[in-house]
Amino acid sequence: MTRTFLGMPVTAPRGVGHLRGDESFPAAARRALGDAQLRRNLRHATTTIRVRSGAVIGEVPDWQELRAAGSAIKADTMARLPELLEQLEAAVTAAGGTVHWAADAVEANRIVTDLVRAAGADRVMKVKSMATQEIGLNEALEAAGIEPVETDLAELIVQLGQDKPSHILVPAIHRNRAEIREIFLREMPGVDPGLTDEPAALAAAARRHLRRTFLSTKVAVSGANFAVAETGTLAVVESEGNGRMCLTLPQTLITVMGIEKVIPTWDDLAVFLQLLPRASTGERMNPYTSMWTGVTPGDGPQQVHLVLLDNGRSAVLADPVGRQALHCIRCSACLNVCPVYERTGGHAYGSVYPGPIGAVLSPQLTGVADNASLPYASSLCGACYDACPVKINIPELLVHLRGKAPHPRSEAIAMAAAAYTLDHPRLYAAAQRAARLSRLAGPRGGGLPPPLSGWTASRDIPAAPPQTFRQWWAER
Amino acid sequence: MRIALFVTCLADTLFPEAAKATVRLLERLGHEVVFPEDQTCCGQMHVNTGYPDDALRLVRRHVRVFAPYDVVVAPSGSCVGSVRHQHAMVARRAGEERLAGRAEEVARRTFELSELLVDVLGVTDVGAYFPHRVTYHPTCHSLRMIRVGDKPLRLLREVRGLDLVELPQAEQCCGFGGTFAVKNADTSTAMLADKMRNVLTTRADVCTAGDSSCLMHIGGGLSRLRAGVRTVHLAEILASTEHSEAAGERERLGGRP
Repeated sequence: MTRTFLGMPVTAPRGVGHLRGDESFPAAARRALGDAQLRRNLRHATTTIRVRSGAVIGEVPDWQELRAAGSAIKADTMARLPELLEQLEAAVTAAGGTVHWAADAVEANRIVTDLVRAAGADRVMKVKSMATQEIGLNEALEAAGIEPVETDLAELIVQLGQDKPSHILVPAIHRNRAEIREIFLREMPGVDPGLTDEPAALAAAARRHLRRTFLSTKVAVSGANFAVAETGTLAVVESEGNGRMCLTLPQTLITVMGIEKVIPTWDDLAVFLQLLPRASTGERMNPYTSMWTGVTPGDGPQQVHLVLLDNGRSAVLADPVGRQALHCIRCSACLNVCPVYERTGGHAYGSVYPGPIGAVLSPQLTGVADNASLPYASSLCGACYDACPVKINIPELLVHLRGKAPHPRSEAIAMAAAAYTLDHPRLYAAAQRAARLSRLAGPRGGGLPPPLSGWTASRDIPAAPPQTFRQWWAER
Repeated sequence: MRIALFVTCLADTLFPEAAKATVRLLERLGHEVVFPEDQTCCGQMHVNTGYPDDALRLVRRHVRVFAPYDVVVAPSGSCVGSVRHQHAMVARRAGEERLAGRAEEVARRTFELSELLVDVLGVTDVGAYFPHRVTYHPTCHSLRMIRVGDKPLRLLREVRGLDLVELPQAEQCCGFGGTFAVKNADTSTAMLADKMRNVLTTRADVCTAGDSSCLMHIGGGLSRLRAGVRTVHLAEILASTEHSEAAGERERLGGRP
C-alpha cells in the first residue's frame, strides 16, 4: 500500500455499480406507492420479521449492553482503521491468502475479473454479498464473458427475474411466492412445469438447479460479514447453506469486502455474532456461520483472495459525524421498522442500500449531490435508531446530511427570510396576522400553491383561530 | 412554582387553545405561569430541513429568552426534543461553545407538559373531566426522542368520564415529519392513511397527542375525509372540567340555528 498522500479521499465513481438511482426518491416512491401488490408484500414481510426479531431480542437480558459494546468496538475500529487493515493484510498473507487493495468499483471489478480469468474459468458462483452488488460485479463479469450465478435463493430469484434487489437481507422481499413461481417457470432451465407455489417446492426447484452449479464450478466469489484483524479470519453468516457450498467446494475463492468490515479481535466477533442474527433474521444464532483463515492445505479452496474495497468509504470516514454510517453490519433491522421503507420498498431509494441506512450511507459514498433526495426520505420518526444493534444515530445523520445537501434556491431564500422574521418578534407577530388574513381568501379545504399543495392534496389546513396565543395573553 | 411557558410557534399561531389550556391547567394546580414575550420559534424546521446556519440565530434567541427561568414547559414533545437534542449541536457546529453550554443548561430545565406534571410536579390526577371516548397517539418525538413513556396515558387514565381506548400500531409515525409532509407528500399520505385507519377502528370520538403538529396532520386528514373524529391536544383534555365541559356544551347547543 502506498504511503504517499494522494489528497482528500474520493467518493465512489459514477457510471459503475449501483449506488445512484435514475430519479429522485419522491418520484420513484410515488410509483411504488401505487403498486398494491408491492405494498401488501412489504407489509406482510416486514411485519413478520419485526415480530420475530422483537421476540428473540426480548430474550436477551443484556441486549442494551451488547448494543453498547457493538457500537464501541466499531468506533474503536474506525479510529484506527489503517492500522487494523494492515494487520489484517499481514495475517491473511501469513495464512496463505492474497490481499488486493481496490480504491473503487472499477478497480475491484478488474481485480476480480483478472483473477477469474487467471483461474481459467468462464463461470463463477456467488455467495450473497452487498459489496459485489454495490460495485456491479455481475455486469462487469458478464461484459468479460464470465457467467455469474447467484446461489442465495432470494438473489437467484432477483437474478432470474432480471430484477434489482430491494432489501439488504431479503433481496426479493418485493416478490410473493406466486410471482416467484412464475419467474422459475419462465427462467429456470429444466424446471418441472407442474411446479406449485409451496415454499418447499420452490426451494426444492432452486436446490436442484443450484446443485449442478456447486459441483461443476471452480471459482466462487463472496462478500464477508466480518474480518478479524488479529488472525486474518473471514466470516460469512447465512441461513441456507448455499454459501457454505460456495466457500468450501471450489478451487478458488475470491472475497470482496468493504474496508469497514474489519474488527480487531476474535473476542469482538462474539459480540456481533450475538447481535446480528437477532436483529436481522430474528434467529438466536445463524444457521450457517462459516469462517476461514487463508488456505488449509488439502481442505477447501487452495487459492484464497481478499479484495479490500474502498469505493468512497475513506470519504465517509473523513466526516467525524457521518462516519458512524460505517458501523453498519448490514442486518437491515432499520429497514424492517421504517414506516417509509414499508410503504415504498427498496427500489425507490435507487441504491443497493435502501431504507434508513441507505439514506445515510449512499449519499456519503457518492457525495451528497449525487443522492440529494435521500437524506429527506425520512420523517425522522427515530424507529431506526432504536432498532439498530450498533446504535447508529440515523436521524442525527439524516439531519447532518440535509445540512450538506444542495438546496433549491427558492427554498433557501424562504428559509433565510423565515429565520430573519422569527428573530424579530414584531415582524413575527405581523406575519402571524398576515397569515390569518390570507386564510380568509381560501375555503377550509382549498388548495395552496406549490410546494404547499403537497399538503392540501390530501389534508385540510386548520381553520385560523380568532386570535393568536400572544394576543390572548396580552388581553388577559 | 413559577413556570415559563415555551408556547411553540405552531401553538401560538394556529393552535392557541392548546397553549391556553396549558396555562389554565397549571394555574388551576396552583402554579404561576409567565410568558416571555420575546420568544418565537425553536428553529427545528430550519435544522430538520437542512438549514442549521439559519437556525443559529433562533437558538441564540431561545437560549437568551429562557435562560432566566428555573422551569420551562412546552405543550410539544417535538419542540422540547429540538431544545434538548439540537440546540447545543447547532451552536457547537458553528463553533459557539459557550452558547452550546448555555443551551444545555436551558435544555435541562425544559420539560414537555406530561413530564412536568408527572416528574416535576408529581401529579397524575389533575382533576380533569372529559366525558368522551379517546384514543392516544404517542408522537414519535415524545416517544423516541424525549421518551415520555406512559406519562400521558397515566394522566389520561385519571381523567373522570374519559373512556380511553388503545390505538392499534400506536408507535408507527403518522407521516408528518415537518417538511417531509410536503417534500415527500405521497409517502406521507400513505403513512397517514394507515394511521387514520387505526384511529377509526378504535371508534373514538377524539384522537389526542402531545404535539399540535402531528394532530394538525392527523386532523387534516380526518377532516378531509369528513370522518367525524376530532383531534384535541392532551393539554386541552387535562384542562377540561365539569364547568368548562358544561359551558362548551351550552355554547355548542346555543350556536345551533
